[in-house]
Amino acid sequence: MKVLVPVKRVLDYNVKPRVKADGTGVDLANVKMSMNPFDEIAVEEAIRLKAAGVTEIVVVSIGEQKSQETLRTALAMGADRAILIVSEDKVEPLGVAKLLQAIVAEEKPDLIILGKQAIDDDNNQTGQMLAGLMGVGQATFASKVELTADSVTVTREVDGGSETETLKLPAIITVDLRLNEPRYASLPNIMKAKSKPMAQKTPADYGVDIAPRLTTLKVVEPAKRSAGIKVADVDELVAKLKAMGVAK
Amino acid sequence: MKTLVWVEHDGATVKDATLAVVTAAAQLGEVHLLVAGSGMDGVAAQAARIAGVGKVHVADDAAYAHALAENVAPLIARLMADHDAFLAPATTNGKNIAPRVAALLDVMQISDILSVESEDTFTRPIYAGNAIATVQTKDPKKIITVRGTAFAKAATEGGSGTIEQVATTGDAGVSSYVGSEIAKSERPELTSAKIIVSGGRALGSGEQFHAIIDPLADKLGAGVGASRAAVDAGYAPNDYQVGQTGKIVAPEVYVAVGISGAIQHLAGMKDSKTIIAINKDEDAPIFQVADFGLVGDLFKLVPELTEKL
Repeated sequence: MKVLVPVKRVLDYNVKPRVKADGTGVDLANVKMSMNPFDEIAVEEAIRLKAAGVTEIVVVSIGEQKSQETLRTALAMGADRAILIVSEDKVEPLGVAKLLQAIVAEEKPDLIILGKQAIDDDNNQTGQMLAGLMGVGQATFASKVELTADSVTVTREVDGGSETETLKLPAIITVDLRLNEPRYASLPNIMKAKSKPMAQKTPADYGVDIAPRLTTLKVVEPAKRSAGIKVADVDELVAKLKAMGVAK
Repeated sequence: MKTLVWVEHDGATVKDATLAVVTAAAQLGEVHLLVAGSGMDGVAAQAARIAGVGKVHVADDAAYAHALAENVAPLIARLMADHDAFLAPATTNGKNIAPRVAALLDVMQISDILSVESEDTFTRPIYAGNAIATVQTKDPKKIITVRGTAFAKAATEGGSGTIEQVATTGDAGVSSYVGSEIAKSERPELTSAKIIVSGGRALGSGEQFHAIIDPLADKLGAGVGASRAAVDAGYAPNDYQVGQTGKIVAPEVYVAVGISGAIQHLAGMKDSKTIIAINKDEDAPIFQVADFGLVGDLFKLVPELTEKL
């Protein structure tokens, strides 16, 4: 059984994003970049599913040349081979989904596992769009995955609790935070990953139109909260709460 | 412009999340609703009374009972032939369904909008709310999810929408609903609570978390949240987590108890109207966003606060 895992290179989640002074976006020059944390969980899940019949894991990234590093990380974790579609321009989720659809047509995976969202643009769209384009089942926000030969049963995190669905294969799963704890790649595996195959393509190779539909007019910092006051004791806090009408 | 709004419901009543979406849709044009589910007469009647609502499209079919995206997306895509914009709340349902509709219509979705600037221009948070982007779409049809806390709720009464049954699209046959476990709690749900009391790792254990946080929450009629550190330490269940990767909340009052205020946590709660922080470290970052800060031992201060309220 073959699994495809799309991954994205993003600003490391421990780095505080700085909005550029000219309002064109967030400054990504000379800052630490990492694999989108949700995608790491997707890679980890694919590796764990090797115990349930997965034989090959193909990771794919769409982005700048440096996304090679992200793919190498996935290979060091345990993925088998990688495909990089190089685009120095930003590709929107709809374009990414179309490119992935083209890869799926070639690779014919049984399962596609990806992060529920990337922590840069926070769109939360790609998996659902790919499922829509392919006309297959989608299980978003997965917290548990049980794979059989022809179906997958997924527990999803939904508002207020959890929900379980069964999908026919092929299917799309987008993963949430609690599905697993991704492993760190060991040094020998990092060395081994260097010799694993990585194919390089361009969007043109797939004949897919990825022209953006959205124009970002400006990016600003959110309104800042100013620090308030420190109250001396509980009585003063109770008085404030009463004044706000929160307490009687 | 004619808009179509996804009505979020639990099978019996319209959920509050719908009301903010109606407000956002009204800023674009005429508001039509879609009620999809099984046995929808009650929900449809309720939806029709929401202020400002025109037509209420009702799609009654067992295939829609659990809002499976595979089944409802084709229905919405078909109805979009007569509408210019589809809007859904940025709930787990809305986030699950809307992008699938967008793909079927070859539209790039605009997620989690904070404001409507014009017919084709919206603001939305990126980088977990650390930046706000203004985006303009070229797509003739708009597919949008709406952040509930950013728009006022439409009134639940006063509307007189006309209810119209629509043809259904049936079961796509690729997915099936198995079951769900919805936490039954007397407390309000985090994303709709007016007051939230959240605990952090300083609580020290699961027992102390409940012993300190729960009575204060009960006194205030508040929902209970937790920082990621407290969840990771096992003091509180997963669905309590407030933050970048957990729930994004914006209540009237947010009480942070023993929470230092890591970036990831602040991203999930900094839009709260009033923030109250209780922490023993007076230099904790949480005090930089708190309206009222109280420095001291939470094990002493919180029970005292609970008692004096």
